[in-house]
Amino acid sequence: MELLSLSAVQLGRLIKEGKATAVEAMQAVLEQIDKSEELYNCYVTIDRGKALKKAAEVQQKIESGELSGPLAGVPVAVKDNLCTEGMATTCASRILGNFIPTYSAEAVLKLEQAGAVVIGKTNMDEFAMGSTTETSAYGPTRNPHNPEHVPGGSSGGSAAAVAAGECFFALGSDTGGSIRQPASHCGVVGMKPTYGTVSRYGLVAYGSSLDQIGPLCKTVEDCAVVLETIAGPVFTGRKSDSPRCGAEGIRHAQEIPLSKEQETKPDASQCCAESSQRRAESSQCRAESSQRRAESSQCRAENSQCGTENRESERVSAVTDSTLICRADTDFTTALRKDVKGMRIGIPKAYIPETEKNQENGARGLSPEVRGAVLEAAGVLKANGAVVEEFDLWLVDYAIPAYYTIAAAEASSNLERFDGIKYGYRDENAQELHQMYKETRSRGFGEEVKRRIMLGSFVLSSGYYDAYYLKALRVKAMIKKAFDEAFEKYDCILGPAAPTTAPKLGESLADPIQMYLGDIYTISVNLAGLPAISVPCGTDGAGLPIGLQLIGDCFQEKKLLQIAYTYEQLRNEAAAAVHSA
Amino acid sequence: MANIISDETIEYVGILAKLALSGEEKEQAKKDMGRMLDYIDKLNELDTTGVEPMSHVFPVQNVFREDVVTNGDESENILRNAPARKDDMFVVPKTFE
Repeated sequence: MELLSLSAVQLGRLIKEGKATAVEAMQAVLEQIDKSEELYNCYVTIDRGKALKKAAEVQQKIESGELSGPLAGVPVAVKDNLCTEGMATTCASRILGNFIPTYSAEAVLKLEQAGAVVIGKTNMDEFAMGSTTETSAYGPTRNPHNPEHVPGGSSGGSAAAVAAGECFFALGSDTGGSIRQPASHCGVVGMKPTYGTVSRYGLVAYGSSLDQIGPLCKTVEDCAVVLETIAGPVFTGRKSDSPRCGAEGIRHAQEIPLSKEQETKPDASQCCAESSQRRAESSQCRAESSQRRAESSQCRAENSQCGTENRESERVSAVTDSTLICRADTDFTTALRKDVKGMRIGIPKAYIPETEKNQENGARGLSPEVRGAVLEAAGVLKANGAVVEEFDLWLVDYAIPAYYTIAAAEASSNLERFDGIKYGYRDENAQELHQMYKETRSRGFGEEVKRRIMLGSFVLSSGYYDAYYLKALRVKAMIKKAFDEAFEKYDCILGPAAPTTAPKLGESLADPIQMYLGDIYTISVNLAGLPAISVPCGTDGAGLPIGLQLIGDCFQEKKLLQIAYTYEQLRNEAAAAVHSA
Repeated sequence: MANIISDETIEYVGILAKLALSGEEKEQAKKDMGRMLDYIDKLNELDTTGVEPMSHVFPVQNVFREDVVTNGDESENILRNAPARKDDMFVVPKTFE
């Protein structure tokens, strides 16, 4: 049995049935790492001894019945900006080269509690700033589909590790496309959930209003299972069990009846009719939310809906997490149904410009092969009952400048903490404290990070704050509104994840703005806090993968998963038919 | 290039960002930041009058807890990350004469 060809869920099932063990799975992954890691450089840190020891412990717990979940015994790779207790966490930066966290990120803990076994930490663009994994201080990662090309970024190590069989699934983080774009370039499935769905506790912050943790997997099913495992309330106390969150899902209350109905196999078109009804209610809901903001005590009472039953215990509990939006509809695997009948899918015209000429106000440099593959995928969904149409999405061209202003501003603030005092690299030559800060940061950070810190410091500085930072936040509000309007008409927005397939190593860094322009399809999703998934939909003439991106309204991961799952199944069936013919 | 970044500005940004820049790096930073600001100026094409700045998509609020210790003594593990330590303290270069 070739274990490495299995998906995470398939492997978990085999282990549960006693036909494979967690240790065998880990050995298979480590053997693959022996074969291919030297070339691909997917990992910054691999702890073989610990991984094998952990796998043996998990295997015992599976045999004793203590662990029985779908991920029990499955090896996982973790992006190196997620803290792992006792294991180096570098953010692919020199400045954190020797940093060993004293605690693990909530998402990592949740996976470990479910029996997944951490192999090591994956390579990335330094502090997640980049789109190619070339800004890593520990060398670039190479694309397993063609090692002369980049894997994308910033979660390039995670995407490449999944594609190379150096893990069964991986965690990444997505601030402007850092999960979806490398997933697209490496031919794997990558999902960024709604902002606040997964706790950011233990994620080294880049742009806090944009960052979100998510899975990179071989299949849509794996994605749903992993997301279900890492989403939801936080048990940070570990010694207490009452979860608390920073905000509630605004439209969440209306979501519950739908998910119940989905379980009882509804008529999809009815779902859609209902969703437009809910949409009518959503503006009311938003008005309510601002009222709720004012009444914070009521807010906290409503938090009890998502798990905290006993308010007395809540008051004494030590559990906090303001990085979470409370939502109870995290049973994402219920959405894995092959059915898109009546689903309304919109394709923004600016996402698929036809010729060079009308690319002026849309995506520049969209490769014809990517365009063709994405439209073909849309055709498949249409042929199976989805209603697919093109529409005008406003402001597409303004997302990148707004994003880079906001992300740089937040980065300059978040990265202030790296000062060489308590952890990480310190420049030893400095004689005086202030000089030490400056020398440490100048030598510890790479070029791209320094570029963004400087830009961020500038746009936040007195005299420029209104003109740049506040202006960008106003544009962000307009972009969010444009998406709100689009989702009044559509269940999902479809487009590419990236304008081209993976570029060659060394082609991108010379011109930062050109590199930023490649983020056109992914970035607005972070600004608007939306969920989105990238699913493989073809390859170009050189055999490099192309990704289909599906974008949903806030809290509509289930719709995305259902459409992505349906597309994936249809594509697999078509491939099997060609194979047998 | 519409945005010309002066030497004073880049000097000031260096102070804000706590970065020591060589002459060459300063020149490059001036060029990079000018180009980036030219690009960001595109936002001025949009009339944002009356639009409230949106820092978060959802109304995120702080979550409070009682001020009680719940974790164990981590000081040794934390100090192990220190670039320089003396007993149970972080050592830093002198801060004033």
